[in-house]
Amino acid sequence: MITVYEKTKGLTDKPTHYCPGCTHGIIHRIVGEVLAEMDILEDTIGVASVGCSVLSYEYFNCDMTQAAHGRAPAVATGIKRVLPDRFVFTYQGDGDLASIGMSEVIHAAARGEKITVIFVNNAIYGMTGGQMAPTTLIGQKTVTSPEGRNPNIQGMPIRISEMISTLDGAAYIERVSTHDVPHIAKVKKAIRKAFETQKKGIGFSLIEVLSTCPTNWGIDPIESLEWMKNNMIPAYPLGVYKNIGERE
Amino acid sequence: MVKVLMKGNEVIAEAAVHAGCKYFFGYPITPQSELVAYMAKRLPEVGGLFLQAESEIAAINMVYGAAGTGVRVMTSSSSPGFSLKQEGISFLVGSELPAVICNIVRGGPGLGNIQPAQSDYFQVTKGGGHGDYHIPVLAPASLQEIVDLTQDAFDIADRYRTPVIIMGDGMLGQMMEPVEFYEAKPKEVPKKDWATTGTRGDGGPKIITSLELNAESLEKHNHHLQAKFKQIKENEVRFEAYETEDADYILVAFGTVARIAMNAIRKARQEGIKVGLIRPISLWPFPEKPFIDTRDKVKSYITVEMSAGQMIEDVRLAVNGHAPVDFFGRTGGVVPTQEEIYHKIISVAGGVEV
Repeated sequence: MITVYEKTKGLTDKPTHYCPGCTHGIIHRIVGEVLAEMDILEDTIGVASVGCSVLSYEYFNCDMTQAAHGRAPAVATGIKRVLPDRFVFTYQGDGDLASIGMSEVIHAAARGEKITVIFVNNAIYGMTGGQMAPTTLIGQKTVTSPEGRNPNIQGMPIRISEMISTLDGAAYIERVSTHDVPHIAKVKKAIRKAFETQKKGIGFSLIEVLSTCPTNWGIDPIESLEWMKNNMIPAYPLGVYKNIGERE
Repeated sequence: MVKVLMKGNEVIAEAAVHAGCKYFFGYPITPQSELVAYMAKRLPEVGGLFLQAESEIAAINMVYGAAGTGVRVMTSSSSPGFSLKQEGISFLVGSELPAVICNIVRGGPGLGNIQPAQSDYFQVTKGGGHGDYHIPVLAPASLQEIVDLTQDAFDIADRYRTPVIIMGDGMLGQMMEPVEFYEAKPKEVPKKDWATTGTRGDGGPKIITSLELNAESLEKHNHHLQAKFKQIKENEVRFEAYETEDADYILVAFGTVARIAMNAIRKARQEGIKVGLIRPISLWPFPEKPFIDTRDKVKSYITVEMSAGQMIEDVRLAVNGHAPVDFFGRTGGVVPTQEEIYHKIISVAGGVEV
């Protein structure tokens, strides 16, 4: 019998707690696969954040630390500065990174910390029950923007990849999406590129992964993928925003 | 060894280096900024690393990350900045990570001022952040004592896997005194087999977390923490008792205020008033024994603080109604004078105001 597909060594056997149809599982698997394929699982320390992915420390098959809300890039800085030859990544959602943790991620990027940030953007707070995030789209209904996000009341969404890429310390910044198989393949390529950037010691890397939240968007998983493609990608265009390695 | 003349903040930094601290993450704030600057210059000389964080919040979380790798790490701040660190400190406690945090206290509340104060006593001794916890707090009264206590702070942190606070006031941070550094005897501290440094060669993945979603499990973890606090209370109490044996009145003061109180005591003794001093060195665990030993003999205790009266609550608990507890304090950065304390002793002793 030929094995055509199997569980990656990069993940533990622990069943995840994610809702059906949520794309966190795909992103977890890809991060795990990349760590395993680069053979750096044993040299990696991951930092879990606060939000839906808070328990990711139970799923990644490497040393893990759980950080306070938004502080993962600062915690990762502390680890990486002590252990510069190890791989350090954070796994953060849009509430954690783009709202309460904005300061930490900007300064980690500005300092050119040689860490990798996996930034999962699903335009909503999932864990707390569907509140408005800094990345919530104009017109998008959440429990704290029940009439739809109104720029005059709740302000405009934030584009993290564009913003971080303006910083000199940022080495590799790319936005990718999980809405279909070809794009999922690109997610893996991007995450691999980010860890390779870290390996080469070039600087800060961040991969923004557009993700779904069927539960709090209130639509089924298939519809969620469509919604993401049709609404999120126009607001958050995919692509490489910074690639210092290539420029040099 | 020769004595060197140094500033308090620099002594804390150098003592930390002597204690094997190679990593420091900090943010400038008066009156502790010299500590940060000293570390920036000194740590690279010993193969260590100094990093100026973007905020006190980031600094304490960098400490959290570094502590998780098992190294000796430190941060310092002053009152408003120390408030910002509370979230991270609570996480350090919950995740059981050792670190040393220095608070050079200034006048508050709010932005307050940059004068010396002790008004963060509640915050450092009663938890400070969210959750059910205490942190060992050491309060040196002289620059030489800083050298000893900084070493102790790192040892206690490693032994019990807990953050430890060194609390001084702005005066202690800014004053200069001759000090002597020494190579401390290496203390027996447990192996840090919990550190997250990558799994190569050491078996399966390790996790550092303070999250426990199951109520019974979190209660179990809290019971474990409480058992540890009990152990710290049994082993790590530090105090100085000065002329308390025959004392009718006992002053209670810590840090630099204790030194001022000492002078007032000498003057009162010259006048024939039998006064002594209890100086808590560990603010938590609070030293109860010297009170139990004296509370049925003295006429009154007088707590002297650079606050509106915070430690007095712990004094009252230790005295437990056996004797009256009086208070004298100055706040807002005003340092009580020897004369003021002397007059307080006279008034409590029922003597004539001099």
